[in-house]
Amino acid sequence: MDTPALAQRLAQRFPEVLEARGEVTITVEADELAQALLHLRDEPDLSFRFLSDVTCTDWPGLDPRYWLAYHLLSTEHRQRVRVKVGLPPEPDPPRVASAVPLFPTANWLEREVFDFYGVVFEGHPDLRRIEMPEDWVGHPLRKDHPLAGVNTQYKGAFIPPPDRRGL
Amino acid sequence: MPVQRLPGTRLGGTDGPGVDEEQEARRGVLLTTLGRAVAWARKNSMWPATFGLACCAIEMMATGAADYDLSRWGMEIFRASPRQADLMIVAGRVSQKMGPVLRRIYDQMPEPKWVISMGVCASTGGMFNNYGLIQGVDTIVPVDIYVPGCPPRPEMLMYGILRLHAKVQREARIK
Amino acid sequence: MEDLGLREETMIINMGPQHPSTHGVLRMVLALDGEYVVSCRPVIGYLHTGIEKNTEYRTWQQGVTFVTRADYLSPFFNETAYCLAVERLLGIEAPPRAQVIRVMVMELNRIASHLVWLATTGLELGAISMMLYGLREREEILRIFEMVTGLRLNHAYVRVGGLSMDLPDGAVDRVRAFLKLMPGRIHEYQELLSGSPIWRQRTVGIGSVSPEDMLALGVTGPMMRAAGVSWDLRKEEPYCGYETYDFEVPLREAGDCFARYEVRLEEMRQSLRIVEQCLDRLTPGPWVRTASAIPWSTSSTSWRSRWRP
Repeated sequence: MDTPALAQRLAQRFPEVLEARGEVTITVEADELAQALLHLRDEPDLSFRFLSDVTCTDWPGLDPRYWLAYHLLSTEHRQRVRVKVGLPPEPDPPRVASAVPLFPTANWLEREVFDFYGVVFEGHPDLRRIEMPEDWVGHPLRKDHPLAGVNTQYKGAFIPPPDRRGL
Repeated sequence: MPVQRLPGTRLGGTDGPGVDEEQEARRGVLLTTLGRAVAWARKNSMWPATFGLACCAIEMMATGAADYDLSRWGMEIFRASPRQADLMIVAGRVSQKMGPVLRRIYDQMPEPKWVISMGVCASTGGMFNNYGLIQGVDTIVPVDIYVPGCPPRPEMLMYGILRLHAKVQREARIK
Repeated sequence: MEDLGLREETMIINMGPQHPSTHGVLRMVLALDGEYVVSCRPVIGYLHTGIEKNTEYRTWQQGVTFVTRADYLSPFFNETAYCLAVERLLGIEAPPRAQVIRVMVMELNRIASHLVWLATTGLELGAISMMLYGLREREEILRIFEMVTGLRLNHAYVRVGGLSMDLPDGAVDRVRAFLKLMPGRIHEYQELLSGSPIWRQRTVGIGSVSPEDMLALGVTGPMMRAAGVSWDLRKEEPYCGYETYDFEVPLREAGDCFARYEVRLEEMRQSLRIVEQCLDRLTPGPWVRTASAIPWSTSSTSWRSRWRP
């Protein structure tokens, strides 16, 4: 099954399928996400059994503000597909169902998205920060978080922003 | 009070009593202060603690391996335990999460101890001027030598180490 | 145990983040029952560098300088993956000479990366001579890299649309000399390690993972191929013209440490084959697309400059 055929096959089940630059993207609603992932994983002619990445982008001022992207791979059929979910700016933090029951590897990937964007995955077994220190405040990859000019959160030191460092 | 020379003081020769300093010196005995002797010993038996963090750690490993051979200065034993080390080479970027760990390991090292900040990330944060990294390891621990470069070549690290040796020799006091 | 009045209980040990055998900063909270590890909770993030946030403030071409430092043992792979992504967005392709050189430096990089793995694994298992041998051959590769790119690590050599510069004079001869040297050395490692009872006791049957678990946990690369799953992106989703090179994907069935060791050794041999084919294919030509082919403004193309909420 080549990429256009895959897009056609997926269009039977999902209303929004986009094929661009040789990549197939499905857009689903937040409450349909678990169903969609289950369908993609368990249908024999799809069998996307490998979750290679969960990531997120932040678009402040827009609705939906957060776009979650699940990258799936089928080693049997040599195909990839991306599932996108838009999350509104309110409520903050945004909430979505966890994919850990379907893909164990989503555990760390979702923790990373939670750490950097503050998206809460409901049903995640162990939703803690993964990269930043556990007592860190804020979600650094949100666009309204500053690049620098933050407290080091260690013994009261402060990192000045680059233009105020006198280098 | 002027130093009084006592004639016939035994200085460790084997010729029995009655050997004075002049004669000892002619036989090739080195006279120095205790402080200098201690500094010389410290300089020549420095044991680094492994603190490899990123790209610089790979260059630090290369420095210790056969081609560059850090053992020429008696430093090939990278100690796993900070209790046995007196030099910390901070090789690489120090994240906010690593900062407290780094300080704890520094505190665990016995005095006297020295720190080399290897690479620009450890020295100033370098190109990663962002929320994630501590902008200069000298905000956490006192640093003796900064080695620039991204990453520094093994030769540069060795030069930094030799400068540190010179510094240790100059300190020449017991602390 | 009960009769002796002993209680079975597990001991919690914190290993890392600064531990000589973690190589990179990883912390593991281990529950031990005697010498057996009952459970392990890894804690990562001690090397979080914020590369994503920095690249938001940079142009696309500058991004290469950041991603090359993401995995410092395989800089060329990071650079190429990033550049291929940007090139796909732009709808352009690097010229043929650049593609061949990319493949060549990537395969040399694969050997260097595997050598660090072999050297440090040897060090951990008590074969300290392996550490010296592995890093010795790696230096040979680093000298080639330094000649080609000017740096030993963190090259930023692969750029969007091609390469930052052409191969210098004498580079091809240098690579050919390395190709003569290396097969004997790989044979040496195998002679040294494969039959050694200590090495075998500490790798055979250790750490085996089944193919199903690999898929579920998102494991790829030599680890997956050591469990018998033939999945190599160079064959399955070829890029940079990998489909035109003649090489094999080594496979093992056992899925344990020893199988992974064998897969990696064999991969180094296959990489040498690919590098040799690259040298034969090098024809003169441009190594980067002209500036007009790369459709972005000269000022800034960062996210910030375009952003209109």
